Amino acid sequence: MAFLEVQNLKVHYPIRGGILNTIQDHVKAVDGVNLSIESGKTYGLVGESGSGKTTIGKTIIGLEKATAGKIIYEGENVTNKARSRKQKYANYNKDVQMIFQDATSSMNPKKRIIDVMAEPMQNYFDYTPQETKKRVAELLEIVGMNAEAMYKYPHEFSGGQRQRIGVARAVASDPKLIIADEPTSALDLSVQAQVLNFMRRIQKEYGLSYLFISHDLGVVQHMSDDIAIMHRGRFVEQGSKENIYNNPQHIYTKRLLSAIPDMDPTTRDAHKVERQRVEAEYDAQETEYYDPKGRVYDLQRFDEDHYVALKPEEPNASLQNEKVNRGGGN
Amino acid sequence: MAVERSLLEVNNLETGFRFGDVYHNAVDGVSLTLENNEILAIVGESGCGKSTLATSIMGLHDPKNTEIKGEVIYKDLNLLDLNEKLYNRIRGNDIGMIFQDPLGSLNPLMTIYNQISESLEYHSDLNEQQRKDRVLELLNQVGIPRPEQIMKNYPHELSGGMRQRVVIAIALANKPPVIIADEPTTALDVTIQAQILDLMVDIQDETGSGIILITHDLGVVAETADRVAVMYAGQIVEEAPVEELFANPKHPYTRSLLNSIPHELEDDDDELHVIHGTVPSLQKLPRKGCRFAPRIPWIPEEAHEENPVLHEISPNHKVRCTCWKHFHFEGEDK
Repeated sequence: MAFLEVQNLKVHYPIRGGILNTIQDHVKAVDGVNLSIESGKTYGLVGESGSGKTTIGKTIIGLEKATAGKIIYEGENVTNKARSRKQKYANYNKDVQMIFQDATSSMNPKKRIIDVMAEPMQNYFDYTPQETKKRVAELLEIVGMNAEAMYKYPHEFSGGQRQRIGVARAVASDPKLIIADEPTSALDLSVQAQVLNFMRRIQKEYGLSYLFISHDLGVVQHMSDDIAIMHRGRFVEQGSKENIYNNPQHIYTKRLLSAIPDMDPTTRDAHKVERQRVEAEYDAQETEYYDPKGRVYDLQRFDEDHYVALKPEEPNASLQNEKVNRGGGN
Repeated sequence: MAVERSLLEVNNLETGFRFGDVYHNAVDGVSLTLENNEILAIVGESGCGKSTLATSIMGLHDPKNTEIKGEVIYKDLNLLDLNEKLYNRIRGNDIGMIFQDPLGSLNPLMTIYNQISESLEYHSDLNEQQRKDRVLELLNQVGIPRPEQIMKNYPHELSGGMRQRVVIAIALANKPPVIIADEPTTALDVTIQAQILDLMVDIQDETGSGIILITHDLGVVAETADRVAVMYAGQIVEEAPVEELFANPKHPYTRSLLNSIPHELEDDDDELHVIHGTVPSLQKLPRKGCRFAPRIPWIPEEAHEENPVLHEISPNHKVRCTCWKHFHFEGEDK
């Protein structure tokens, strides 16, 4: 059962201009996205830069304001309520946490690790100083670090260690959902492997869910159960990992998948031919997959656990099409 | 003995950075050759010295704080002996460089046309009309649409992929026989990355230049390189033709790296391979023995050479140290 629902989320930024600085148009960073998150699963959100994937994550956690649509957390409408101090939103604030791409800038350089990590605990639990210390040591251990690390400052750690501290801090408030925005894209391969391993271990231990935002299709494939591919602020395809990787339907998904470098140098030429074929198809079939304004069509059910944004069969039939509303909702 | 010289030859290059009164070598005894019409990839993680190698070849280091030894031979000249004025005639004309961050390597106050023609002005005697034609030709070559308009634009008006194309156009302006590309696609999306890599391969086919491609992405290597050198802690630890390296990786570092690439796991309890420990910092780098030994502590000391050197284990396949013969992953039987 889904504990968090994102319903028809829209985030539009006004473009102002003219003599009176009036709103001329909107940038539709996110334009009608549905997502439902069940516990213990990992949802991959993939797209190129500017596709709106980070905006979705930030809006769920309340760092951006939703223009329209709802975010429902355990039956409560929590849209744009992240900063509210009301008791009824307290659980939502505690249960949804975030890991940022740049671990360095997401930590106060003047605070020791113990202070960085104790902050979420002080906000949500009544720990004594001893209990806090014990809990920080526990969390550091989970991400493979020594308890002594808590008395150091962020700059004393390497990038990978800092990112692991970022993971530990996100876990500190005992959340149900962690939004991980490109958590490993600044890290080296072997360090990335370490952080990803810890993230999976923590998931097993605490049964939490991840919304894993990344442009790296290999990492997303490794981490996710369900994947949504984003383009121009909308989902072009959504479904189980197997469906997306083995049976992609939307031309944009195909294009993205074919662009992943192949690790086998012996099939290089064949891969290049295939990639250029898909690229040509993408250019040729734009009108098939996008409406005249360049907008992605609504998602339609293609198969079990597989939704694709295809052109409605007839212009008038679109209303009769099965509305995509995964996991129930209202 | 008259041996045909390679296009570019790096012999026992050492680049040391000054810390107080001591120099610590970030590049420590690297020897390489680059042939015409070849893409040589240099792979390694951050801090292994791959970018320092590139900037040393280009002579971009501040002589007050760096000490460079060894030779960089290009057309029978040791570039390291050249003075700044002569070096400037080589840079851009004979060796072009493509940097990772296109925004940082373009001047925000100059139009695209001025940036590209600057290098033509410096190195050639083309008149203004010829330069303009050449700029248009270059922009077409790197696949920029509407070049007449784009060349009047400023860098901030272009997307990341377009800017990287402009940087490539600048590097190509004087048709340099050698191109050094330092992480040319790292800041780009996968689809743009694929286009840029295709472009580089196409350009190489056309011009026959030799390209040194520096990257941390093994996928990029598999897609483009002819030959690969893997660097660890300032040294080349393995060198082989690309098919050979991916089919028969030998050095423990290469094998560990290939194993930590994220992939779909067969079993839910499987984990990605993690290399034990961390990359040593420059000051703490062990100068004796196998530098990778602390990262594979379960391999007995006797397996390593006292002074590891590159051994040619099969034609064109070189591996440093002898530990690869005894290497197995932790917890795995040999």
